[in-house]
Amino acid sequence: MGKAIDAKDLNIYYGSFLAVQGVNMSIRPQTVTALIGPSGCGKSTYLRSINRMHEVIPGARVEGRLELDGKDLYGPGVDPVGVRRQIGMVFQRPNPFPTMSIFDNVIAGQRLNNKKLNKSATEELVEQSLRGANLWNEVKDRLDKPGSGLSGGQQQRLCIARAIAVQPDVLLMDEPCSALDPISTLAIEDLINELKLEYTIVIVTHNMQQAARVSDFTGFFNIEGTGKPGKLVEMDQTKTIFSNPTEKATEDYVSGRFG
Amino acid sequence: MSIETDRRDPDRDVEIPLPPALRKQGQLKPWVTPGMLGAAAVVVGGLLVLAGFSTGLFIVGTFIVFAVGLYVLSRAVEGRRKATDRLVTVTVTAAFLLALIPLVSVIITVIGNGVARFDATFFTSSLRGVVGEGGGAYHAIIGTLIITGLAALMSIPVGLLTAVYLVEYGKGRLARAITFFVDVMTGIPSIVAGLFAFALFALFFGPGIRLGFAGAVALSVLMIPVVVRATEEMLKIVPNELREAAYALGVPKWRTIIKVVIPTSIAGIASGVTLAIARVIGETAPLLIAVGITTGVNINPFDGRMATLPVFSYNSYAFPGVPREPFLDRAWTAALVLIIIVMLLNLLARLIARTFAPKTR
Repeated sequence: MGKAIDAKDLNIYYGSFLAVQGVNMSIRPQTVTALIGPSGCGKSTYLRSINRMHEVIPGARVEGRLELDGKDLYGPGVDPVGVRRQIGMVFQRPNPFPTMSIFDNVIAGQRLNNKKLNKSATEELVEQSLRGANLWNEVKDRLDKPGSGLSGGQQQRLCIARAIAVQPDVLLMDEPCSALDPISTLAIEDLINELKLEYTIVIVTHNMQQAARVSDFTGFFNIEGTGKPGKLVEMDQTKTIFSNPTEKATEDYVSGRFG
Repeated sequence: MSIETDRRDPDRDVEIPLPPALRKQGQLKPWVTPGMLGAAAVVVGGLLVLAGFSTGLFIVGTFIVFAVGLYVLSRAVEGRRKATDRLVTVTVTAAFLLALIPLVSVIITVIGNGVARFDATFFTSSLRGVVGEGGGAYHAIIGTLIITGLAALMSIPVGLLTAVYLVEYGKGRLARAITFFVDVMTGIPSIVAGLFAFALFALFFGPGIRLGFAGAVALSVLMIPVVVRATEEMLKIVPNELREAAYALGVPKWRTIIKVVIPTSIAGIASGVTLAIARVIGETAPLLIAVGITTGVNINPFDGRMATLPVFSYNSYAFPGVPREPFLDRAWTAALVLIIIVMLLNLLARLIARTFAPKTR
């Protein structure tokens, strides 16, 4: 079940370069939060720091606190691998494992972590996850076929099924629809609306209509210039951000009068 | 403004002439190319018959006359772009045929000379007690398989793990040093590898020692860098997105490597490894020094000299007995068997690549 995320004075570095500065953000459980802003403003970096994925890049580190239901994810003794099991992620480009069938892709989280499940439990989990990702009806007759044979939109939903099969508390989505056509995008957006009943969702998007359609809250990130750190300018209810934002920069951005 | 698809003026209903840049130039008929080749052959052949015939000069002369003639004709009829295209096509094809000549020549010679003794006896008996005709290379075939197998057994794990280190873990000075020395090792002459193994084992067992295992060590010195390079390239082309997908599912790094990265690239790794084996199986110099040669079957690589196919071939050809003929025949057949083994390994590599390659439907 969804959990709350709280960032407190979060600074994110790549080596000595400060990429994102001073983020304070509270994300409520079982809501959809959209992060918008121009390219290079640090929203993806911030998203990736939530499940400690940015540490994969050498030299990347974080200062400040990032709490999941009050527990600091960067505290001493916290295993980043454990964090990622609780906070799933869907990427910009669909990335099903090419060596695995659709079935194996869905339970990849279990298989790769050597979790033993009996046959019926596995099948149940696969069906439940694929239904959760609105993909079951399309693939139920070809579960043994490779996942890379699906269309782009189906592959992305397969990746969502794979992410929710490990039963995380939070689902991070990094521009999940930017490589998809409008119909597949609509399918994913519908799915996000259903998923928020169980998960806390944070989504990065360049599409402001999408942010307005799917999210409850919106955070606007901005950057003052190249080489400067990205900052969270404003975060509020999506309605407020798009109709009556406090900051001038936000209004300029959402109304397309930016720069 | 819309794009006109109809080439007529709508008001006057008159056909608009094509601008010159779009107009199609003349085109040579398809029979012109072979015709030109035939004409060039006749002309050059005729001239050479007058001046004394030579095959090499005939081929080179025909090619030059053909290429120039075709270019001039095409330039006159089809224009400059097409003429250049034809000239380059002819040159590339000629270069390909030139490269093919030694290959075909080797295969024809080896098959022609080797087929005489390509019989059951060759594969079932050794040279023990054989002074003239008969005998075979069973001992050398088995020796080659054992020594190369041992070399592969040592090189594949070392090479694979080194490549995994370099791609997945290696950073900074150590990784750069390893990459550098792997590159250096790729260039080691095989005789040096043989001397190294010989000297190494002489340290432990005294001078003059000859062991199948020493040969395997020499071969693995040659094989490890090839395996590292091949595997490294394959691991590098695994998309980073797949690693991230696994990390995001809470899979630790080592497990991601074993269960995602390596399975995704296993086809390329397996064929690279097979080609590395094919590369060292024909090595002669290091085995001549480190292993020597015998006439009988020795299947214990830790006990004395062993026979191997390349050394067997070399030895029979360089030091034939009396009469010479059976020795030379056996040398050619050994070479033929070696080529067949390498060919089978290449086929195996393709089969492996096809079997393991990720499928899309």
